[in-house]
Amino acid sequence: MTHRIDTTFSTLKAQNKAAFVAYIMGGDPDRETSQTVLKALPDNGVDIIELGMPFTDPAADGPTIEEAGLRSLKAGTTLTTVLEMAKAFRHTNDTTPIIIMGYCNPVHHMGYENFAKAAKASGVDGAIIVDLPPEEDMDLRTAFEQQDLALIRLATPTTDDKRLPRVVQGTKGFVYYVSVAGITGKALGQQAAVSDAVSRIKKASGLPVVVGFGVKTPQQAKAIAKEADGVVVGSAIVKTLHEDGPEAALALVKSLADATHSA
Amino acid sequence: MGKMDNLQYPDEMGRFGSFGGRYVAETLMPPILELEAAYTEAKSDPAFISELDDFFTHYVGRPSPLYFAERLTNYIRTENNGNAAKIYFKRDELNHTGAHKINNCRGQILLAKRMGKTRIIAETGAGQHGVATATVAARFGLECIVYMGATDIVRQKPNVFRMRLLGAEVRAVHSGTATLKDAMNEALRDWVTNVGDTFYCIGTVAGPHPYPAMVRDFQAIIGREAKAQILEREGRLPDAVVACIGGGSNAMGLFHEFVPETSVRLIGVEAAGKGVKSGLHAASLTGGTPGVLHGNRTYLLQDEDGQIKDAHSISAGLDYPGIGPEHAYLHDIGRAEYVSATDDEALEAFQLCARLEGILPALEPSHAIPRTLDLAKEIGKDGLMIMNMCGRGDKDVFTIADALGEHISEGTDG
Repeated sequence: MTHRIDTTFSTLKAQNKAAFVAYIMGGDPDRETSQTVLKALPDNGVDIIELGMPFTDPAADGPTIEEAGLRSLKAGTTLTTVLEMAKAFRHTNDTTPIIIMGYCNPVHHMGYENFAKAAKASGVDGAIIVDLPPEEDMDLRTAFEQQDLALIRLATPTTDDKRLPRVVQGTKGFVYYVSVAGITGKALGQQAAVSDAVSRIKKASGLPVVVGFGVKTPQQAKAIAKEADGVVVGSAIVKTLHEDGPEAALALVKSLADATHSA
Repeated sequence: MGKMDNLQYPDEMGRFGSFGGRYVAETLMPPILELEAAYTEAKSDPAFISELDDFFTHYVGRPSPLYFAERLTNYIRTENNGNAAKIYFKRDELNHTGAHKINNCRGQILLAKRMGKTRIIAETGAGQHGVATATVAARFGLECIVYMGATDIVRQKPNVFRMRLLGAEVRAVHSGTATLKDAMNEALRDWVTNVGDTFYCIGTVAGPHPYPAMVRDFQAIIGREAKAQILEREGRLPDAVVACIGGGSNAMGLFHEFVPETSVRLIGVEAAGKGVKSGLHAASLTGGTPGVLHGNRTYLLQDEDGQIKDAHSISAGLDYPGIGPEHAYLHDIGRAEYVSATDDEALEAFQLCARLEGILPALEPSHAIPRTLDLAKEIGKDGLMIMNMCGRGDKDVFTIADALGEHISEGTDG
């Protein structure tokens, strides 16, 4: 529901804080561990959760997210499993927005309307479908509007002023600015360019703008939080979870959230 | 003689019916819109067309011959009491670099130069598209990087070495199944990271709009030539044209000119691997369902959760879990017919063609031969058929030796 997203941003804005958005891959390395981490994210300072749905061919992701997706698939995760994780999360938390993030084909296969209904019933608030640009997302957007779900669009360094209105038109909740032309987990974009892009997108959309792709450290998170309404960290958390386990991942999450909130 | 109207596809959204489109990350939308605009402008520029024609004549060696495969025809006639159609081969394996792929590469690289791009990237399965891209890039002095699945690098060693000799950098892709689809994922990752100076030269009639239409247009010379040649030789249109299909570029190139001629049957032959029922195949139309992958909506091999299934084929060039969206459309409207051939059938046909015609076909068109023979019997003795011999088999000799249990060289582990 868009109101969880709207409430989150307005509450943070009243406190003059940026949102900390954490991405984890649903079902990585297995359902149980992933559910435990998901449940603990809000207590460690996460304001909005991006819950990844795995896909065999994630052409916009770097190796960290790709491998996490393949581990998750190997453990038997399906799109339905990811929605069930959201539903289980809602048993103990009714305020933190959950955004499903992934690729079009599993959603297309389930059917856009079926997906929208299932997402709504699972307590999901919105989705980011990486390979569904504005030119192709009409059917899903219509299905989402009927369920009061937010279909969140991505803006990138290649989205110029001419194209920006098309990208922000019809988007809800917030806009996700990809700081660098590239795949997930690579270097962060230049701070000045990010600052400029955020103000352009805010002006065009009238929505909060969160920045992701390439944010790895608390210092980077803090710097981005000064410029944007929210900071997204994905690959760094996924990598730490894989290499050092849930406790280390949650410790990283907390340090990133604290840095974001202190900006 | 029937004519099909309404050939106004793809539409402005890049759709062939419900197939095609532009399913790419936002970062790639501006470059594919830029590409579309550049291509629209170039294809109506006489200078662009004439530069392309000149290259085809003097560098590629076009037109490729239309050859009457007399002994193959006699073979199938003998087997069927004299009742089988006359079989012609469109000899696109005689092109420079040994396959039809160069038709498309020249078109795209000419476009890249017009757009001021200096770095060419490509994906390759069998290595034919990689070799063709590396060749044209060398000829025009452009940096060239070819992504190739690690599995394919092993089974297509001669082509890997050829690409390196031509100055291209071959990057091994280890993710997923380490075959063509993974090479395409990696090429997309490169493109999204280097959109400023990089041109992605896609090798088949797939990917986001405008690639399926653009690659088809560059390959359509195959069908244009074949039509003129058969009219000259036989004074009439063929009853059927046949081509193998991985992504479907040689088939679309042959079909395009004949699509409006409804008296001509269009037959695409997919790779059935170890048999469609075995699950180990690459027959997306025969054994797949519609989905979204690599920028377009088309038929895909996928599981009940929309995850992409591994394709299987002895032919690295057909080993892809999708198919070009225009084929999906021609399939759904019933204009083209899609059948399949197994690894074993292709191997047998390879040997038959070698002995009867003195032509070593690539493993890809070897799949088209058995269905061409079946159809020749079905059509009967007054019939005329054209099969696209889209590539030569030199690159496949190690794979074939291996499949036949022969050891022909030290150091071949593929």
